[in-house]
Amino acid sequence: MADSNGTNKDGYKVIGTRPIRHDGLEKVTGQAKYGADFSFPGMLFGKILRSPHAHARIRSINFDQALKVPGVHAVVTGADLPDLGHGAMAQVGELVVNTSYLSQNVLARGKVLYDGHAVAAVAATSPHIAEEALRLIEVDYEILPPVMAVEEAMKPDAPILLPELRSKFIASRTDPGSPEGPDKPTNIAAHIQFKRGDTEAGFKAADFVIEREYRTNTVHQGYIEPHNALCIYGPDGRITIYSSTQGMFSVRTLTANVLKMSDGDIRVVPVEIGGGFGGKTTIYMEPVAALLSKKSGRPVKMVMTRAEVLRASGPTSGAKFKVKMGATKDGKITAAEVWMAYEAGAFPGSPFAPGAMTTLGPYDIPNTKIDSYDVVVNRPKVAAYRAPGSPASAFACECAIDELAEKCGMDPLDMRILNGSHEGTAQPAGPPFKKIGAIETAQAVRNSEHYKSKLEGPNRGRGVASGFWFNGGLQSSAAVNIHNDGTVSLVLGSVDIGGSRAAMAMIAAELLGVDATDVRPLVADTDSIGYTDVTGGSRVTLASGLAVYEAANDALRQLKERAAKLWERKPEEVEFSGGIFSAKGNGVPPMKLKELATKLARTGGPITGRGAVNAGAVGAVGNAFATVCVDVEVDKDTGKVQILRATIAQDAGRAIHPSYVEGQMQGGVAQGIGWALNEEYFYDEKGVLRNTGFLDYRMPTCLDLPMIEAIVVEVPNPSHPLGIRGVGEVGIVPPMAAVANAIYHAVGVRMRELPMSPPRLLKAILAQRRPQEESQAAAAD
Amino acid sequence: MATVVIPALLRKLTDGKDRVAVQGRNIGQVIEDLERQFPGLREHLVENGDIKPSIAVSVDGEMGAGGLLDPVRESSEIFFIPALGGG
Repeated sequence: MADSNGTNKDGYKVIGTRPIRHDGLEKVTGQAKYGADFSFPGMLFGKILRSPHAHARIRSINFDQALKVPGVHAVVTGADLPDLGHGAMAQVGELVVNTSYLSQNVLARGKVLYDGHAVAAVAATSPHIAEEALRLIEVDYEILPPVMAVEEAMKPDAPILLPELRSKFIASRTDPGSPEGPDKPTNIAAHIQFKRGDTEAGFKAADFVIEREYRTNTVHQGYIEPHNALCIYGPDGRITIYSSTQGMFSVRTLTANVLKMSDGDIRVVPVEIGGGFGGKTTIYMEPVAALLSKKSGRPVKMVMTRAEVLRASGPTSGAKFKVKMGATKDGKITAAEVWMAYEAGAFPGSPFAPGAMTTLGPYDIPNTKIDSYDVVVNRPKVAAYRAPGSPASAFACECAIDELAEKCGMDPLDMRILNGSHEGTAQPAGPPFKKIGAIETAQAVRNSEHYKSKLEGPNRGRGVASGFWFNGGLQSSAAVNIHNDGTVSLVLGSVDIGGSRAAMAMIAAELLGVDATDVRPLVADTDSIGYTDVTGGSRVTLASGLAVYEAANDALRQLKERAAKLWERKPEEVEFSGGIFSAKGNGVPPMKLKELATKLARTGGPITGRGAVNAGAVGAVGNAFATVCVDVEVDKDTGKVQILRATIAQDAGRAIHPSYVEGQMQGGVAQGIGWALNEEYFYDEKGVLRNTGFLDYRMPTCLDLPMIEAIVVEVPNPSHPLGIRGVGEVGIVPPMAAVANAIYHAVGVRMRELPMSPPRLLKAILAQRRPQEESQAAAAD
Repeated sequence: MATVVIPALLRKLTDGKDRVAVQGRNIGQVIEDLERQFPGLREHLVENGDIKPSIAVSVDGEMGAGGLLDPVRESSEIFFIPALGGG
């Protein structure tokens, strides 16, 4: 609510309001241009031939007949990509990427490692001609046994996917004598361990100790827009790429490394993005389209089909968990040990580390031991997916905590509040939390009308769970241009996947004292703005917001100098408050920015404010917590679960645009419910994916979900001048466990594998019913 | 002196010690002191003249971005933890 000065309770005029989104009109009128909408004269269409096998050696590839098809201009295979050898690495911002593996994922060399692995590509005058030509490419495969799950892949005699792979990391794998692991082939790419206190003593002090195993399966982000790339190889040897991506600078660096080019030889133009959720932080077709463009001398556009997206882009890992947790009768958790192994897909790089670093994050537990493994299997290489690693590991531990709460006879939220993390609590990886809102989110749910309401009716249950995820820092750039009519163009390096243009514009507007609609945000290409890391890790509003904060303040400093020049005063005598420039003392009439902007040409020329920051490593500048409450009704005859009501409380630090914050929270819960109840990759015994469309890969629709209630908790982030925390990811962390706990309270069945789909739940219900019926029959006899 | 909390699986190189007192005004000097006390530790933390890209450094709860140049105070607590990316 605004006061008489038009400011809200925190003293802001723009921050905390809900202006119409800056990109809204273009999107609702269908004018926004996405990657597949772009076209250039003479443009060809590229298509990719994909492996029908999960694991096979490529003996030969013959594309002579494909090249003879009228309309075909070029064919490429892995042999056209530069040989990067083993272990080539690229620095992308502060992250590192193994470009040898990335290149092998772009186009297979020697072996195919999953159903859908790219083998060759064709560019032709129409997509249909390209597809026809693909059918004429002959690939001779020697089929090898696939390894589809961590349980098999970690066995000592498992077939090896990558003969050169050796275990590594900050810590060792299984060999106690060598911190880097033994020098022999393995599917275990890495192992980390976090250890604090004495878990053995902690379990001895507990009145209740439970040991449970959990399993999650491969799920996809499910963004509506398929991957696309349009490449133009210019006569000067420079490449221009139009790409639907969460980070144009990452596309530039990764493509340059795969093609052995310089970053400066590539310009990447980010286009509107139809969803990413982490899945568009890497590259797939960009180097292929570039090679086809180079060979044909024409622009080449490539757009994946839905089946290609599911088979060959990066879903998130399936994972296995073993949890041992103990608590005293009064509900204090004394010790926890968590073992986890994540399926990375065909190449190393699962979210095994963040899974371990977040799993017990909401709780202050004195004795903990966490082991986590990165394991390769014959599935597509995973990509980031909203809070990578955390939802799966939270599913395991949050279900275990629910069981402990029941044993202690405690309300599950009271148990979470009693054991909740707070300022000074050691994170699972060791460093202490600063001021956080973990307990506050649990309290907000406990105080909600939802939680206080009575849930009545048969087969209905209520479940809760909490979750933790980091806020990224990393590098961001922004520029603020003051126009002579007082409007402001805001040039950004961060792709907008969740409303960041509006949030950035609002931060600039707040600082400059103008309306949010007077600021026009624009996402620039890689030649037009300074380096900016990907939109991911819940970092943009926070870190790019910091760049905008700096850029706006830089512009403000220059504006004060201009006012001083006009008024023949010193710059330090100019004040700016409530959107008005004034001079100390009397003698000059105050001015708004719009008035001052008309005088820029006479006082020194245009004003551009610059902001360029390195906000620190991921996790540097904030932490996000959420708690979710879900009511379900279970159909005991079919195993179908209906979500009756769902509420999320999340710490946003400070909500810049509350509607967007609520939207992120609701979106996270919606995705989490899909992951909980239905989403799953189905592979057959040969390792071939059988559900390659949205008819069979069952994502939730509006018919499956109630209106999700969002409670925005604001515990300001002490590391940010505006108190901002990232809000994009943590909402997906608690729902799976909350749903599992609700199912238990509805029908008494503990589900420990995702998804809790009708067949799986019905099987569990029947398994529970059978012993009951048998004992009743025995009693009757 | 500053304190380094040794990553769990590297404690076999520090005779099982989980916390080690170190000297140094930045992370580079701290690692040199660690190497002096426990030869062989440096190669697990440093690569090509900088902190390994897979590792992040926390000093007093702040995640640094300066690698070996990140400053360390006399009373600092230092963690070497996995570097992260997000979604």
